[in-house]
Amino acid sequence: MTESALQPRRPVAQFFWYLRRWPIIPVLIILTICICAVFADVIAPHDPIQSSIRARNVPPIWYPEGSSTYILGADNLGRDLLSRIIHGSRVSLIIAVASVSAGLFIGTTLGLISGYIGGLVDELIMRFVDISLAIPVIMIALIVVVIFGQGFGIIVGVLVLFTWTGYTRQVRAQVLTIRELDYVALARVAGASHFRIITRHIFPGVVHILIVIASLNVGSVILAESVLSFLGAGIPPPTPAWGAMVSSGRDFLTDAWWVAFFPGLAILLTVMAMNFLGDWIRDRLDPRLRQID
Amino acid sequence: MRTFLTRRIVFSIVALIGATFIVFGLSRALGDPRYLYLAQGRFSQEQWDALGVEMHLDKPLAFQYAIWLGRAIQGDWGTSVYNGRKVTELIGQRIFNTLQLGVTAFIFAGVVGVPLGILSAVKRGSLWDLLARGFALLGQAAPPFWLGIILILIFAANLEWLPSATKGEGFAVSNFVLPTITISWLFVSANIRLVRTSVLEILDSEFIKLARAKGVSQSAIVWKHAFRNALIAPLTFAGINIAALITGSVLTETVFAWPGLGRLAINAVYNNDFPVLTGCVFMFTFIYVAVNFVIDILYAIIDPRIRLS
Repeated sequence: MTESALQPRRPVAQFFWYLRRWPIIPVLIILTICICAVFADVIAPHDPIQSSIRARNVPPIWYPEGSSTYILGADNLGRDLLSRIIHGSRVSLIIAVASVSAGLFIGTTLGLISGYIGGLVDELIMRFVDISLAIPVIMIALIVVVIFGQGFGIIVGVLVLFTWTGYTRQVRAQVLTIRELDYVALARVAGASHFRIITRHIFPGVVHILIVIASLNVGSVILAESVLSFLGAGIPPPTPAWGAMVSSGRDFLTDAWWVAFFPGLAILLTVMAMNFLGDWIRDRLDPRLRQID
Repeated sequence: MRTFLTRRIVFSIVALIGATFIVFGLSRALGDPRYLYLAQGRFSQEQWDALGVEMHLDKPLAFQYAIWLGRAIQGDWGTSVYNGRKVTELIGQRIFNTLQLGVTAFIFAGVVGVPLGILSAVKRGSLWDLLARGFALLGQAAPPFWLGIILILIFAANLEWLPSATKGEGFAVSNFVLPTITISWLFVSANIRLVRTSVLEILDSEFIKLARAKGVSQSAIVWKHAFRNALIAPLTFAGINIAALITGSVLTETVFAWPGLGRLAINAVYNNDFPVLTGCVFMFTFIYVAVNFVIDILYAIIDPRIRLS
């Protein structure tokens, strides 16, 4: 580490120094969520879908009426809240990863084509970007759900609408500068095909941008998924999804605040951790991208 | 300025037509669109055939689109599948409630977000900075619907200071407090971050150093130089933030049972009421495009670099 000269000597100060320099807490939170998503069946103390009339609206463990089997309490159907949150992480993460990857692939391909070919193709793609930025995506999402129904592929498709434009714009801008560099011209002189130039000579120059945008994207996609799920336009029940859980707790707010509170807290922590990590990656890889949050 | 204006007008129109094109395309994506316009199991064969004639389903798609677009432009947005009322009438009843909330939130975001951003930048590293940045971090990560529910839980259910739901008759400030905070939290956060970054940049620039060297007072530097330039950043992003405001209005109206356009759209989703949903989509898109147009013009007036490039 080059900054080690700045490293404080006292252990406590050193601890905070590390905490500020490295995204320890966000990474821990994200790791926890990933583990929850992968091993949900093992970790969750209860079946997330199995309801039990006797456990209806059981409060969290620290209440006198609370029970030690339901650590965060139970919802209006007597389903264990903690188990549902653990299983809900699965939906959030899978959808986030799928839609960020799909958006990244589509957006990058279009950005590379647009920047490399230029001319009419570039004009067309960029106008398409402008138009899709000029239409409120949430409205298109609702229409899509009414026509095609709810399902994994459809939700991912809708979320891709949120993400692809960012990749296309940034990649195109970067390609425009790389295209004019000498080594690209030399590759062309050496007889490299367009495909080879794009994949071997230009693409490596945009990878850091892709990493930055993708890492910043994950949080907002998780948030967008929770919005759809809250509105009843996400993954259909009984599969537990955080947004839908908040929505179902809304009707019992005065009797059982925990049903709406904890799933929302899970969304908040996840998105915040992702945003922190994204900011950190951006500052490390390319601080010039600061304007795109 | 004139070419700039023409370009923006043409683009706005293209964006609106693009929106209608997408909606039309989606409605035909699964073949016969008549299922979307008739209530399930509650129509006769005659109605079915009549609708086919009315929509010119025997003609090419381009012709159908032209007819459909022509009707939409003339204000014929069809009738609700759910209760048979005119879509334009349903929207007319609610649009004002949504605009009231949206404009209040927009003003709130400017009045609260911009000063907090300046304060945060000028007193960098202070408690104020910490608070403002914490507020912004929370706002950008918390789901708006959850914030609304938490606000209801604290201020309506437990403290009983404010009403929990609905706009009620007439105009009462107390009904606006919680929905406005819910809908604009994200917007305020965005403004804080944007203004803070740009003020920090400006305070670090050469002309501020010159002003300091000349002996200009701190307050004059902040208010005369930093403040004016700081306004550009939130304006640049205001267009994008309007999209967040539209999502926010759908969520906030759902949480607070606010009788507006967002709630109309969501109820249309629940009732499979395609004509009403289409109407809401058109209305929101129109508002979005129109506001973006106005912002672009304002932006060009404030920042000459835009209109001259």
